Formats: sequence, C-alpha cells, structure tokens
Amino acid sequence: MYSFPVLFDFDPGIYVKVLVDWLTVNFQGFFDALTVGVKWIVFNIHDLLTFIPWFLFIFLIFLLGWRLKNFKSGLGYAIMFTTIGLIGLWSEMIFTLSIVITSVIISILIGVPVGIYSAYNQKLEAFLKPLLDGMQTMPSFVYLIPAMIFFGLGTVPAIFATIVYSTPPCIRLTSLAIKSVPGEMREAAYAFGSSRWQALIKVELPQAMPTIMAGINQTTMMAMSMVVISSMIGAKGLGENVLIAINRTDIAMGFNSGISIVFLAIIIDRITQMISRKYENV
Amino acid sequence: MSKKVEVKNLVKIFGSKPRLALRRLEEGWSKDKILKATGQTVGVNNASLSVDEGEFFVIMGLSGSGKSTLIRCLNLLNVPTSGEIIVDGKNIVEFDKKQLREFRQKKVAMVFQNFGLFTHRTVLGNVEYGLEIRNIDKAERQQIALDALESVGLKGWEDKKPTELSGGMQQRVGLARALANDPDILLMDEPFGALDPLIRRDMQIELLEIQSKLKKTIIFITHDINEAFKLGDRVAVMKDGKIVQQGTPEDILNNPSDEYIEDFVKSIDRTKVIQAKNIMIKPHALVSIKDGVRVAIKEMQANNISSVFVVDGKMKIEGIVTIDDCVEAVKHKQTSLKELLRHDYYKTAEDEYIENILEDATKSKYPIIVVNDEDRLLGIIVRTSILTGLLPNESDTEIESA
Repeated sequence: MYSFPVLFDFDPGIYVKVLVDWLTVNFQGFFDALTVGVKWIVFNIHDLLTFIPWFLFIFLIFLLGWRLKNFKSGLGYAIMFTTIGLIGLWSEMIFTLSIVITSVIISILIGVPVGIYSAYNQKLEAFLKPLLDGMQTMPSFVYLIPAMIFFGLGTVPAIFATIVYSTPPCIRLTSLAIKSVPGEMREAAYAFGSSRWQALIKVELPQAMPTIMAGINQTTMMAMSMVVISSMIGAKGLGENVLIAINRTDIAMGFNSGISIVFLAIIIDRITQMISRKYENV
Repeated sequence: MSKKVEVKNLVKIFGSKPRLALRRLEEGWSKDKILKATGQTVGVNNASLSVDEGEFFVIMGLSGSGKSTLIRCLNLLNVPTSGEIIVDGKNIVEFDKKQLREFRQKKVAMVFQNFGLFTHRTVLGNVEYGLEIRNIDKAERQQIALDALESVGLKGWEDKKPTELSGGMQQRVGLARALANDPDILLMDEPFGALDPLIRRDMQIELLEIQSKLKKTIIFITHDINEAFKLGDRVAVMKDGKIVQQGTPEDILNNPSDEYIEDFVKSIDRTKVIQAKNIMIKPHALVSIKDGVRVAIKEMQANNISSVFVVDGKMKIEGIVTIDDCVEAVKHKQTSLKELLRHDYYKTAEDEYIENILEDATKSKYPIIVVNDEDRLLGIIVRTSILTGLLPNESDTEIESA
C-alpha cells in the first residue's frame, strides 16, 4: 500500500548506455585525439614544473606571496610548501599541481567565451541554465563513469571529469560579469560607434574583469576539490596517496597526504584571490 | 535654416509582439489598454518633430513620458518600431551596420545623465574613446582630446580616473568626450539631472557659452521646465509617449494647448524664464541731447511723466533728466541738457532674466533701460511691466508707467 506501485518498466539509464556505447564505437578517434591533446598539455606543464629545482620553486612562491600580499604571507606559503617536501610528497604535489593547472586552463578557455556568448544570447542562456545546474549538483564522481568509458583510466579522464565539474562556475560568473556592466557605459560604447567587438574588448571585458577573476578563483577551487576523486580512476599525485591511505586505514599517511592537499589548496586559493583583487579597482 | 533632423511618425514599442501593439495603436487604443491586453509597452506614440541646424531643441516631460526612449531612437540605440528619422536628408532607420557606425562616429554624439564614463580608463582615455574607435592615430587623438578637455575647463586632469572627480567634473568629461568627435548633433539625456542645483546652473551657463561658440545642433532632454525654457530655442512637451505641444517657450507659455500644459506652465518660475526683451516697452518719450531743456519739459508734460531719458543721434544713452531739474534750469536761463544729465539710472541687457532685474527695479527711481553692447537704447522696463510679465497670458498688455 505504501510502496511505490510497479506500473511499468521505466529505465532511462538503458538509453544513456546505448548512447554512450554508440559514441564509444563511432567517435573513438575523436576521443583519442582529445586524449593526445590533453596529455601534451599536462605533460608539458609537468615538465616545466619539475624543471624548476625545489628551492627555486619555494623561493618563487615566497616572492609571489610577498609581492601580492605581504611578507608574512609569502613566508607562510613558503613554509607550507617546504612542509610538503619534508613529508616526502613533493613530486606527488607537482603532479597534482600539473593536473589542476591543466584543468583550469582548459576550463577557462571553454568557460569564458561561452560565458560571454551566453550573456548576449538568451536562447543559449536558457539552454545552459539547467545543464549547468545539473553539472554542478550531480555528485562529482558520477563524472568518473563516462570519463572512464571514453578515456580509460589515468590522468586524462581525471582531467576531463575535473573540467566538467569546474567549468560551470566560470561560465556563470563570466555571464554575470558581462551582464553587470552598467547600462549607460554600454550605451556610451555603442553611441560613439563601437562595433560589437570593440565594445567587448575596450569596455565590457575590462569592466567585467573583477567578477571574471572571481569566477576563475572558483573554478580553481572546484578543480582542487576533484583531486582525491580523480585518483579513483587512476590519476597520480596526492589524491592517490589519500586513496591508498583510506584503503589501508593508514591514519598517518592519510593525514600527511590530506594536509598536503589542504596546503596546496590554501596557497592556490589565496594567490588567485589576490590576483583577482588587482582587478577590483575598476 | 535647413532642417537638420526630422522625426516623422516615430513609434517605439517594447516587448515581444510589437507588430500587434502597433496595430492596436493604429486602431486608436490607449497606452494603458495596450499594456493590459498585450503586455507590450508603448514607449513613443507617433511622435513628429523637426530640428533646425544650430538649434537648441529641448524635449521635456515627466518620467515615463517617453523622452529618453525618443532620444535613444535618434542614434538608434533604440530601433524604432515604425516611422522615419531623417538626418541631413537620409533616413537613419534604413542604415546598415556600417553606415550606422559611421553615423555614430561622426555625425552624432551623446551625453548621459549618469555620465556613462568608462571607469577603467583615465579621463583622457575617456575623451579620446570616440577617436580611438575611428582608428585615428594616437598622437593626433590625444591632442584633440586634450583640447576638448581644455575647452570644458579640465586642463590638467587628463590622467585622473573618473571616480576621482566630482559629479560636475565628470559630466564635463562626458561633454568633452562628445565634443572631441566634432559631431554635428549633440544628444543630451538629462545631462545635469544628477548634479546639485548650484552646479547645474553653472553647467547650464557653460553649455550656452559653448553653444554660442560652436553652434551645434543640440537635442536636450529634461524633466525640469525651468531648465527647458531657459535653454531651449524650441521645446516639445511629452506625455505618455506623445508630443503634446511644441514651440518656442513664449508660444507655450502664452498659448498652452491643453490643461496638462497649463498645469506645467503654472509651475514655472517666470522670473527665471522671462527676459528683459520680453517685457520691455518703447519709451513713452525720448529726448535727444541736441534738443533743449524746453523740449524736454514739453515731452514730459505731454506724457505725464516726471523724467525722460536722453539719447544721442544714434540712440546711445546719454543720461536721464528730471522735470524738476529742467524747470530749475529754465529759471536760470540754461538751455542745454548736458549739465542736467543724471546717471543714477539702472541698465540691463535684453537677455537678462527678470530675477536679476528685480533688485534694481525695487531700488530704482526711474524705469530701467535696456541697452545693447554699444549702449544703444532698446527699450525701457517700468515696474508694472515686470508684474504683468510674470502673469500668464498678459505680457502683451502695455500699462502706463506710474
């Protein structure tokens, strides 16, 4: 009486499976090409980061923190990174950093243009709204399933899952930023004969910068939050250590890798926030 | 004078079904009825007007009257639903993108109520914007921008950010930005509305000065009837999207076309609008310096006045003589008026507003004379002229001086 009646078999999942199977078979070349592209980016970034010796890296972070905020912060960040090194997770941290940077760059390259376009195009906006809502609320490791199916295991699918998760805030905030440009300013740009492009580049984007930067900060943090989950499909780095620690119930290892992730997240967050503040005096 | 801008039957409807609302308009439905039935807003309802070259044309109305909508049609920031807008013989509604951009870059410029300045650029960056869009090379456009800034009195402020300037200064930047493009037509959307009253007055005076030098065609929007009448060569009053009446300030003051205009006009401070030339009268009597004392006495007696102005052969004012002085002079056998000339009279220019003449009028023993730059007599103002000038519809009546 109280259990939901079995009326008929309703199984939408099977259609999704059919779609995914079809995509996997027919578009394998496409997915392979994407994989190659992403690998190229992430490995180049990784090479660049490992090329910098650790002491130089820490020193650069110190300088960055000092220049952007103050001496104490610069020192704090340097100490946090040093701690990660002392724990013995330096190379894992560099790998995680490469994955995050790659994901964020691609998210921005997709998110900002789409955000700009959807600020002008109501149909696109209406189409995207439920899509982005879904993307942001669906549990992040649901994305691992299609990522795994299309791209296999390893770093690349992890990056894709991360991109899906972290692009929506970028699109949303970019769209909001463009729409928030004061009406009279936009009118002035056009009243003096600007083309769409001129108005965008000379007036709207500079005005929208603070909010777009806030969007990028959000994107970065969302990417960081996918680190552990990504390791579930084979991404290397700090996330992998956390996963192993959970499996082994190794509290010490869990803490060490966990705190390293926290430090990395704090530093990236602060730095992107401070960069975005530079744009605030508009 | 040629017609610079002609607006013919302009209609602007906001909403997703403008054609439907347009049909209803043609059937005679009112703005409210259309809104209720179709959800469409009629911004401008069949407006027609024309502006001559070099004219200062004011469009006036309360909020929601459609004036801002109308002015934005003139540079196509709003695309008209129907009607024509003809500038220098071409209908701008039919322009393609390229023609429109060129029109906006060269022919017309706009000044906004809340200034519309680009806060991420310096003052100079703002003023040179229009020139930058036209790809004028940097050195040239910066020089033009600096000149424009100087013409509005902001020399030295070019490297500041707009937020560092006061409201009045920001609006001057807006004006400089518009003038730097050297447009034929200036569109001004309540440009002084966001400024406090003292600054507003200064800006009004400055604008008139700039206009007298540059002779641009100006289309100016305001909700302030005093401002409209002070600045405009002609004024159009709008209500609910329609132009209710248009004409010179005197026309509207003296012949309001309906109750709405009458009400509006009641609230005018006439002392700020009526000028000396509107109330001056021809002197009842006038004496030449060559005429003798006896002639002067005869004139004064014939006209029942106690003093008379004395002019030279070219109507240049020499002074005033009183009847008592003249009678005394006859007793002493003096014939020339020269020694009797008094100079304790007050003068004013013909475009002076009554509000500035009032004080002198209360102090003066004699009528106030109205003279031009060369001190030539144009007319006189007696006290009762001022009073009748302040009353509606009776400014043509001449009343004998006291």
